[in-house]
Amino acid sequence: MTLRGTTYRHAPGFVAGDRPKVVTGRFEFDDSYTLTRAKATGAYQGLEAALAKTPTEVHEMVTGTTLLGRGGAGFPAGVKWGLLAKGVWPRYLVVNGDESEPGTYKDRLLMERDPHCLIEGVLIACYAAGLSRCFFYIRGEMALAQERMATALNEAYVAGYIGRNILGSNFSVDVVLHWGAGAYVVGEETALIESLEGNRGMPRLKPPYFPAAIGLYGKPTVVNNVETLANLPWIARNGIEAYTAIGTETSPGTRMVAVSGHVKRPGVYEIVNGTTTFRELLYGDDFCGGIRDDNDLKAFVPGGGSAPWFIEDQLDLPFEGKLIGPAGSMLGSGAVMVMDSTTDIPAAALTLCRFYAHESCGKCVPCREGGSWLERILTRIVEGEGRRADLDLLLEVGESICPGTFPHAASKRLGIGSAPFPYRMTTICFVGPSAYAPVHSALTLFPEEFEQRVAVNDDRRVLIPLAVSSD
Amino acid sequence: MRFTDANVLLATDIVARYPVKKSALIPLLHLAQEQDGYVTNDAMAHIAELVEVTPAEVYGTATFYEMFKFEPVGRYVINICGTMSCALLGAHELIHHAEHTLGVRTGSTTPDGLITVNRAECQAACTEAPCLQVNYRYRYRVTPQDFDQLVDDLVSGRLAGEIPQHGVLAQVRQRIPVDRAVGAVPPESVTGPPVWYADESGAKS
Repeated sequence: MTLRGTTYRHAPGFVAGDRPKVVTGRFEFDDSYTLTRAKATGAYQGLEAALAKTPTEVHEMVTGTTLLGRGGAGFPAGVKWGLLAKGVWPRYLVVNGDESEPGTYKDRLLMERDPHCLIEGVLIACYAAGLSRCFFYIRGEMALAQERMATALNEAYVAGYIGRNILGSNFSVDVVLHWGAGAYVVGEETALIESLEGNRGMPRLKPPYFPAAIGLYGKPTVVNNVETLANLPWIARNGIEAYTAIGTETSPGTRMVAVSGHVKRPGVYEIVNGTTTFRELLYGDDFCGGIRDDNDLKAFVPGGGSAPWFIEDQLDLPFEGKLIGPAGSMLGSGAVMVMDSTTDIPAAALTLCRFYAHESCGKCVPCREGGSWLERILTRIVEGEGRRADLDLLLEVGESICPGTFPHAASKRLGIGSAPFPYRMTTICFVGPSAYAPVHSALTLFPEEFEQRVAVNDDRRVLIPLAVSSD
Repeated sequence: MRFTDANVLLATDIVARYPVKKSALIPLLHLAQEQDGYVTNDAMAHIAELVEVTPAEVYGTATFYEMFKFEPVGRYVINICGTMSCALLGAHELIHHAEHTLGVRTGSTTPDGLITVNRAECQAACTEAPCLQVNYRYRYRVTPQDFDQLVDDLVSGRLAGEIPQHGVLAQVRQRIPVDRAVGAVPPESVTGPPVWYADESGAKS
């Protein structure tokens, strides 16, 4: 299938391999999104298996698998459901399909290519946790995903999988399709709820830390990522032992990882969680097959644009949150972005920093002001107008967003103790710190690239005004 | 423009899906943009009536979201991704090329009103960089030649069947059959657990 300049049937990029398939089992079929194909390949059998058990048994099964949330924070799904306020009704499910973290590309694939798997996951979650209405929130820019989900929901309603008395049981739930209108911050779960209530998508003050206590319309609410829910049908069909047999005890199962940037074979891979290392992923013949043009690796972002960067020293770390955190970053949303030796590091940092500055909702001052300051200072440096004092200014602005030590992969090289992820922050959500993470990573890992840029202006007496953002 | 009669029916159907009417605000703004190509003041006033909030509340929400346009835009809005993965593989050159080809800067519309071009943020197609969207339909691994071909196709009308006018997202609408729907009820009117969960909540709480 040629993609360039032609109509495409669905999102490209998925690379199959000889690996366990938990969420991509149906991807080998071109018509994987239809109810006919889905049913022929086991769809809704997991739902039937779940309905044969009590809700508590299904909940305990999910808790027993230690299925970790795939949206970014990596919180166990079963535990999250267990936090729902007791005795308060109704309870809602909000599906987070607002995939917009830079580098992240997996939820859209799942929505376009296997919507029935997601619907089945939604139904299992609602049954297990007593959620009586579901809102499926898709990112506004994803027209085809919206279309595929709408078609699948329509089919599933008519076939009796959604709605009143599902499959003849006393289990009833409506799934309402909803989409956003372009705002990265809405991926934060309390901002998502605000948006769903028809408000500006700004994160809510915490505590309460979880919408499970007070969520949509002030009621207990579960917010789960698309990929997290996509695991449930397989788990319901195959059970705890089969799931935990894949991966490690603390990071079981598989996860979707998108590798982009300067690799030979960029793609979305379903990898074994906990054991697959970054070296395998970037260099393995089953995966990306090495850096483009056989260049050297300069740096890579291990878990989406918000994550502090890694360098070659961290290549042998596996996809295990318990090891990545102490090393100073996070696995986040399964997005690896690779920079080879030709990369202009300050410019790359600016690209990411600009994203977060642009996407700040404006609620917290350190992010609203700090993000755009970082962007403007960095722009000045990249355009050759920066001064040495600008480097300190970047650190100072960063300190106001994330006070104290900040994690970075250069700790060893700089002879200082490593600060684990996550860092302290003066903002409600992660957008502010995310604007600083790439800047800090770039500055500490590659200080010489910044110094070269600013050295030429050292003797200037007059400070050139900060450029006004072009966006 | 206010909603047409057909769209008022659709809007009523959408509002009824939510336990609280205001939740329908963003879906209705999309409907307005689908109808007129952008969101007009009249449409916002009409939405305010339908969801029973003030026009200022509609405006307040609408202006937070980047996809809503409050002035006419081109029939085709081309958003070229400029974030990390695309930037690493030539997005800046593509944006530069687009500006030259179209003769306008990003953020503006060609004089004939056909094409608006923007520099956009990450579009979740990072492995297929550099990418762009035309009215939110993807084009992957776009070269400058591909871009020129795309513009040719848009100008000549060859893509008119494939890419609807700006404002139209999914071309399939969700339909909840009346005989299958559970129905939305105001949150405060629910006092107990759902029927299938009644035993569990008794045991747990």
